[in-house]
Amino acid sequence: MVPVTVVFTQESVPLDDQEKLPFTVVHEREIPLKYKLKIKCRFQKAYRRALDHEEEALSLGSIQEAETMFAEPSEQAEGSLTVYVISEHSSLLPQDMMSYIGPKRMAVVRGIMHREAFNIIGHRVIQVAQAMSLTEDVLAAALADHLPEDKWSSDKRRPLKSSLGYEITFSLLNPDPKSHDVHWDIEGAVRRYVQPFLNALRAVGNFSVDSQILYYAVLGVNPRFDPASSSYYLAAHSLPHVINPVESRLGSSAASLYPVLNFLLYVPELAHSPLYIQDKDGAPVATNAFHSPRWGGIMVYNVDPKAYNGSELPVRVKVDMVRVMEVFLAQLRLLFGIAQPQLPPKCLFSGSKSEGIMSWELDRLLWARSVENLATATTTLTSLAQLLGKISNIVIKDDVASEVYRAVAAVQRAAEELASGHLASAFVASQEAVTSSERAFFDPSLLHLLYFPDDQKFAIYIPLFLPMAVPILLSLFKIFLETRKSWKKPEKID
Amino acid sequence: MAAAAPLSLLVLLLLGPGVWGQTDPPRDSLREELVITPLPSGDVAATFQFRTRWDSELQREEGTDHSFLRYAVLPREVVCTENLTPWKKLLPCSSKAGLSVLLKADRLFHTSYHSQAVHIRPVCRDARCASISWELRQTLSVVFDAFVTGQGKQDWSLFRMFSRTLTEPCPLASESQVYVDVTNYSQDNETLEVYPPPLTTYQDVVLGTRKTYAVYDLLDMAVINNSRSLNLQLKWKRPPGNEAPPMPFLYAQRYVSGYGLHNGELSTLLYNTHPYRAFPVLLLDTVPWYLRLYVHTLTITSKGKENKPSYIHYQPAQDRMQPHLLEMLIQLPASSVTKVSIQFERALLKWTEYTPDPNHGFYVSPSVLSALVPSEVAAQPVDWEESPLFNTLFPASGSSSHFVRLYTEPLLVSLPTPDFSMPYNVICLTCTVVAVCYGSFYNLLTRTFQIEEPSKGGLARRLANLIRRARGVPPL
Repeated sequence: MVPVTVVFTQESVPLDDQEKLPFTVVHEREIPLKYKLKIKCRFQKAYRRALDHEEEALSLGSIQEAETMFAEPSEQAEGSLTVYVISEHSSLLPQDMMSYIGPKRMAVVRGIMHREAFNIIGHRVIQVAQAMSLTEDVLAAALADHLPEDKWSSDKRRPLKSSLGYEITFSLLNPDPKSHDVHWDIEGAVRRYVQPFLNALRAVGNFSVDSQILYYAVLGVNPRFDPASSSYYLAAHSLPHVINPVESRLGSSAASLYPVLNFLLYVPELAHSPLYIQDKDGAPVATNAFHSPRWGGIMVYNVDPKAYNGSELPVRVKVDMVRVMEVFLAQLRLLFGIAQPQLPPKCLFSGSKSEGIMSWELDRLLWARSVENLATATTTLTSLAQLLGKISNIVIKDDVASEVYRAVAAVQRAAEELASGHLASAFVASQEAVTSSERAFFDPSLLHLLYFPDDQKFAIYIPLFLPMAVPILLSLFKIFLETRKSWKKPEKID
Repeated sequence: MAAAAPLSLLVLLLLGPGVWGQTDPPRDSLREELVITPLPSGDVAATFQFRTRWDSELQREEGTDHSFLRYAVLPREVVCTENLTPWKKLLPCSSKAGLSVLLKADRLFHTSYHSQAVHIRPVCRDARCASISWELRQTLSVVFDAFVTGQGKQDWSLFRMFSRTLTEPCPLASESQVYVDVTNYSQDNETLEVYPPPLTTYQDVVLGTRKTYAVYDLLDMAVINNSRSLNLQLKWKRPPGNEAPPMPFLYAQRYVSGYGLHNGELSTLLYNTHPYRAFPVLLLDTVPWYLRLYVHTLTITSKGKENKPSYIHYQPAQDRMQPHLLEMLIQLPASSVTKVSIQFERALLKWTEYTPDPNHGFYVSPSVLSALVPSEVAAQPVDWEESPLFNTLFPASGSSSHFVRLYTEPLLVSLPTPDFSMPYNVICLTCTVVAVCYGSFYNLLTRTFQIEEPSKGGLARRLANLIRRARGVPPL
C-alpha cells in the first residue's frame, strides 16, 4: 500500500468541493504478472487542506524556492508521497506543464475549477504517484528470477540479486606501462562522489569499496583499425568476449561474503590508441563505456594525443576522475535497476539530488527488493518442504526447525507491513526472512544421514534374520499342510 | 550492452566541493633482485626477491594486541604450481617483463630444492622511525642439481636454468638487478668465468662472511643493448674443487627414538661448531596433542653435563584443542653438541579422527631455532634503501653477530591404529553364532520323528562306499 497525502491550496478547486475536505479515497490496482500471479497495489489518498506555511511556500515564485521551504524529508516515512495541488493559473510551474516531480517524495499538480474536480485531480494524482512508485516493469524485473522467461523479458536488463551487502571494486587496467604512467586519485573520487551515493543507499545493504591497479592486463579481443577515422574500435558483438580473460586477474571473489561489482577503467596501449566502442549501428558510443548486468562496467579512457608531443615514454597520464565517476555512477544506477521512470505527459522533472539518487527512487528499489526477498524466501521454504516429502532420510534438528518457524513468521510480518504501507520495517522483515530460510535450507546437518542406502541396511540384518527365518517358515508351511489334511479327513470319514 | 549514461541526472554531481591540486598519493616502489650462487658441487642456487613498499597508512583494527605471536604450520604440504600461480599474481609485472619472466613452473619444480615465501611487515621509513610504511617481500629459492637438471654438465646459463632470458626491465621497478656470487673465484679467472663480464662488482658482509658479487643492472642500458637479451653464463674452466663448504656455526637435527607403539623419545641435537664462542639459542617446539609429552623427563645435556636453560615456557596441550608449546633459551657452549630430549606416550584416537591412510603415520612439525650467531667479519650498519635486498631480510644488530632462523626436519610418527575391518567381522560372527544356535534349538524343539525305510542306492551311498573301500572297511 502506498500512502499518499494530497494537499489542496485555496484556489485549486471550487469552494463547495473544498468544504468536503478532509477525507480518504482508496484506489486499488491489480498488476498482473505471468501465470495467474497478481500483485494488488493500493493507493490510499488522504485529502486535506493546506496549512498556512504550505500556502505561503506555494505562492513563491519558483518551484525551487518552494521546495526549500518545505518540511524536512525525515519526517516523511519511507514509501509515502505528498502531492500538492495548486491553482490552475498559478505561476509556480511553467505554463504548459501540468505537474512536477521533485527529488524528495514531493510532487505538484495543477488543480482545476470544475464540477468533477476531485475525480480529475484524483486521476492526475494517481498518474504522478504511479510514476514515483511501483509499476509493472519494476516488479517484473525484481521477480525475473522466479518467473519463467518470456521472449520479451530476456531483453530486460536484470538488476542485481538482492543481497545483504555488496562489494564494489574499482580497477585501473594499464596494459602498456612502458608508454603510459597512469595516475588516478581514486580515494578522493570515491570519497567525493561514490560515498554519498552509497550512504543514500545505506538502507539497502552494507557496501564496501576498494580499488586496485593492474598492469599488463589486456582485453581478450583485438581491436580493429578503422581507416576512416584512423582509430581503433571494438565492435558491439565482440564485447561479451572482452571480460573473460581479465576476470581471472581481478581477484574478485577471493575473500568476500557479498557479491562483487567490478568497474574497470582501461587505458589502451600506445599501439591501439585511440580506442572507441561501437554500438550496433556502427557509431561510436558517447561515453566509451559498457556494462554487463550483474557483473559491472568497463570504460575505455583514451589518452589525449597532445600529451605525446615531444615528451619521451612513458608519458604521464592523469585521469580525469569527474568524467570517469559520472559514467561509473550511471552504470551503478543501471546495475541496481534504478531506471528512468515513465513520466506522465506534460510533467516537469527536476534534476537529481546531489547524491545521485532521489528518495522515491530509493523507495522503488526497496519495494522491488522486498517483493524479491519474499519470493526467494517462499521458494526456498517450499523446496525444503518438497525435499522432505521425497527423501524420508533427512533429519531436521531443533535449530533448523526454529529457523524455519522464524522465516515463516518473518514472511507473514513482511506481507502485513507491505499491506499497511510501512516500507522500512517491511524491508527489514523480508531480509530476515531470506536469511533465516537460507540458513535452514543450507544447514550441513541435513546431509548427515542422507546417504544411508537401503542395501547397507539389508546387509547388516540379513545374516541374522535369514538363517533364523528359514526354519520358522518351513515349520509354518508344515503346519499349514497338516491343517489342510485334517480338514480333508472329516470329509473322508464321513 | 552499450550504456548511454543519462548525463542530465549527474550534472549536479560536478558542483560538489572539490579541492583540486592535491599532490598525488605516494606510489608503491618495487625492487626486484636475483642472486645466483654457484656451489662447489656443481649445482647452482638461484634466489629471487621482490619487494613492494607502500607508504600509505593501512588501517589497523583497534583492540588487537600486536605483540602476541600466532604460529601455525602444516608439516607435510607439497609446494606445486597451484602455489606458484597466486604468488605470481601479487607481482605487478607478472611474467611479462623484468625478472618475473624467468618464473616458469615447469623448470622451477624440476629442481632438488624449492622454497617460496611471502613476508608482510611494517618498516620504519627513516632512521628516526617517525612514520612507518608497509613492506611486502616475496622470495623464491631453487637449487638446480648438476646431475638431474643439468644432465651431468656443470656449465650453467639462464637459458638452461629457466628456459628464458632476460629481455627488458619491469617499467614499474625502481631497481632490477642480478647478482652472481663470485666470492671464491674472483681473484683469478681460472676457475669460474662469468659471461658477459660484469660492469660492476659489489662487496659486502653477508651472514657474517665477506662476499663478492658481480652485478648486472637491468635498468642500465649498457647491459642489454647489444644482444637485446641477457643470458648469463657460468663456465667452469677447471672442475670445481672438491673441498667441503665451510661448516655453518649452528645447525640442528631432530629424530624420534624408542620402540613399540606406546612410548617414544623426541630428541633434538644442536651443534655449535664455533671454536671459542658460546651463544644462546631460542628453541620453539610445537608438538601435537596426541603425543603426550612427559615434561618431567625433559633433559638438556651438553658435553656430558647437564645444561639448565635460562628461560623455559611450557603450555600443556588440551586434547583435540591445542598442541604442546615448549620454548627454551639454551646457552650452547663452544664447539659442542647439545641434546634436548623428552619422552612421550602415543595416544589412541577416536574412530573418525584417523586420516584416510592411518598406517602412514602422523606428521610432527619442525622445531624453530632462532639465534644470534657470531660473525667472522664485522658488518657495518647500512641504510636499508641502499643495500641489496638479500642483505636486509633480517636486521644486522650489532656488528659481531648476525641473526639466523633454522627449521629442523619434520618427523613422521606412527600412532597405534585399530583394525578398521572389525565391525564387519563382528557382525558376521555374531549373526552366524546366533543363527546356528537358534536354529539348532528350534529344530530340537519342533522336530517330529518318523520311521523311514532304508533306501537302496542313491548318490550319497555310492560316495560313502567309495570312501569305505579306500579305508578297507566293508561297504554298506
